[in-house]
Amino acid sequence: MEKEHGRGKHYKYGMVIDLDKCTGCGTCMTACAAENNVSVRSDESDKERSITWMQLYKITNGKEFPETEVSYFPRPCMHCDEDGRGGHHPSCVSVCVATATKLDHYTGIVSQVYTRCIGCRYCQAACPYHARYFNWWDGYFPKGKGLDRYLTPEVSPRMRGVVEKCSFCHHRLMRAKNQAYAEGRREIEEDEYITACTEACPVQAITFGDLNNPEHKVSQLSKSRNAFRLLEHLNTKPKVFYLSTKDWVRKLADNYLPDQFKSINKTTG
Amino acid sequence: MDSPLLPEGAKRCSPTVFFFWTLPWLALLAWGGLSAFLCLYKALNQTNMSNVFAFALWIVFDLGVIALGAGAFFTGFLTYIIGRKELKDIINAAVIIGFICYTGALAMLGIDIGQPLRGWFIFWHANIHSMLVEVSFCITCYAMVLAIEFLPIILENRELDKIKELRLLGHNMHEIMAVFAATGTFLSFFHQGSLGGMFGVMYGRPFAARGGFYIWPWTFFLFILSAIAAGPCFTILCTKLTEFISRKKLVPEQAIQSLAKIAAWLLSLYMILKIADTLGWLYGVVPDAGQKFMDFYREGPYGVWLLVVEIIICGIIPAIILMIPKVRQQQGWLIFACLLNCTGIIFNRFVFIIVTLAIPVMPFDRFWGYLPTWQEWGVALAVIGYGVLLFSAAYRYLPVFPKERELNAVAE
Repeated sequence: MEKEHGRGKHYKYGMVIDLDKCTGCGTCMTACAAENNVSVRSDESDKERSITWMQLYKITNGKEFPETEVSYFPRPCMHCDEDGRGGHHPSCVSVCVATATKLDHYTGIVSQVYTRCIGCRYCQAACPYHARYFNWWDGYFPKGKGLDRYLTPEVSPRMRGVVEKCSFCHHRLMRAKNQAYAEGRREIEEDEYITACTEACPVQAITFGDLNNPEHKVSQLSKSRNAFRLLEHLNTKPKVFYLSTKDWVRKLADNYLPDQFKSINKTTG
Repeated sequence: MDSPLLPEGAKRCSPTVFFFWTLPWLALLAWGGLSAFLCLYKALNQTNMSNVFAFALWIVFDLGVIALGAGAFFTGFLTYIIGRKELKDIINAAVIIGFICYTGALAMLGIDIGQPLRGWFIFWHANIHSMLVEVSFCITCYAMVLAIEFLPIILENRELDKIKELRLLGHNMHEIMAVFAATGTFLSFFHQGSLGGMFGVMYGRPFAARGGFYIWPWTFFLFILSAIAAGPCFTILCTKLTEFISRKKLVPEQAIQSLAKIAAWLLSLYMILKIADTLGWLYGVVPDAGQKFMDFYREGPYGVWLLVVEIIICGIIPAIILMIPKVRQQQGWLIFACLLNCTGIIFNRFVFIIVTLAIPVMPFDRFWGYLPTWQEWGVALAVIGYGVLLFSAAYRYLPVFPKERELNAVAE
């Protein structure tokens, strides 16, 4: 529901990723990095230090061939609503020393203020999804290889020593709002603001929109019986939902005690 | 050469011997200086920290030295507020150790943050919900209190004491030291606690997360208790080491035994509460996260032995040794128990920092390892070099141990 409160409407931008459609091609990762001016290194093999706002995790059902099944968890920032104990700040927001990361209650987006971050990395320690990345090096966009040409002017590049993360392409929201304002509209349409990963996904596995708006597809999909979120036991209330009909995929999204997992299928996959 | 500066009637080694003594510690400082320069100049890629191990060796060292430095505020509290007069013979040493630990930790934190020039943002843009803000405020203020407590000891230097104004200042500061001891106790209480709170509030990390009282998770109270249980033991260890190296009796045994006895009771109480906390975690936080006990003790090298070492070997055993008067009066047992106690607290901090981050929360995530680089060791060990140098200089030039002359006159 769209809530009228305070200075205006409350939106709750969120994402639904259909894992049954996802092929693991990685286009979302590439599109995200290109859109958001993510710095690169000549050697990106150190996966503990590379920056991937959208990260793709490969999972398998652990069975031997020919019963092996593979799926992928694309993992952006979850833009959590709560810290897990009922506090109305995501776990990264409540710990930040310099108020460099905030949950915007009007959009539901968790922001990161790069010029205010002091680089203490407490937010990284607090986030169970590994969605936050530290700049271990100075920003680098090699010239002459084309990388400098696709830099997005609306996204500030990050300096070394600060934490960055997925912003739900917040600049696209600003752009859409500006456009609507110029056209004399108060509201933006559903398809006017979508993230770069949503736009790039070749199989349209990602849906983006306002979870508070029942007319938005994302809102309907998030209520599907196949919908679930990562680590729901922790009560962080992420705004990223996943869809899968496969029990083994759903089971890998959280930790379960024996007999705690409830199948949505009569015959489990 | 420097004899006019030495405390009156105190025997000290020759300047040459002292110079050679300082060399290895200066070398550690130089190593640390080079490491710090590289980290500041080339950024934190000089370390082996990563997006998984956002906190690493330095934070373990930080929390370790701050806990060990708790001897300063707690001995001050016992001496000036509770009125344990016998501890006046050891309070100077406790204050200097505290000063070393806190200033060392602050310096290390300055290198640890990615943007050191923005360190002041913690105060300017303070997020009152963050435990780390509470830590930063209290540690900074307490470092200032420690500097104020250290100042009158410096002013007691034989040459400085000859200057009337300084002598008066030092004397008057001694008179009002109870005020600073009380301030220090208040500040320390909160930052030792909020250091624990930092980990207890990480609700996304079930290994560290704890329930608690109001806004304070149980780790808040456990960290205070463990720090005041181990801090006095570290003061004892430093004193005994100084006695061993200088081959002199410096502190009356009564003061040492008094501290050891208090540490024994506190450590015992801590152990009871720590066991209760572990059980509470096991039957509360763990199943709530949909996990089982063994889920946390099967990754990499981190097995159940962590609990055995922390609770039994470095907790219950030193508590028993220190609790029995006849045993703790034997020097060997006393030192052994103090060593175990101090090791236990560093181990506890290690578990809360490194193991918490090493254990993946998402079922499909993997376990990552971490080993510090020489730059990380350099910065961490430089704190030890700095501490030994400052303590040696203080011992050489200041009347740190008020009973030194008396005790050694009897011995001779």
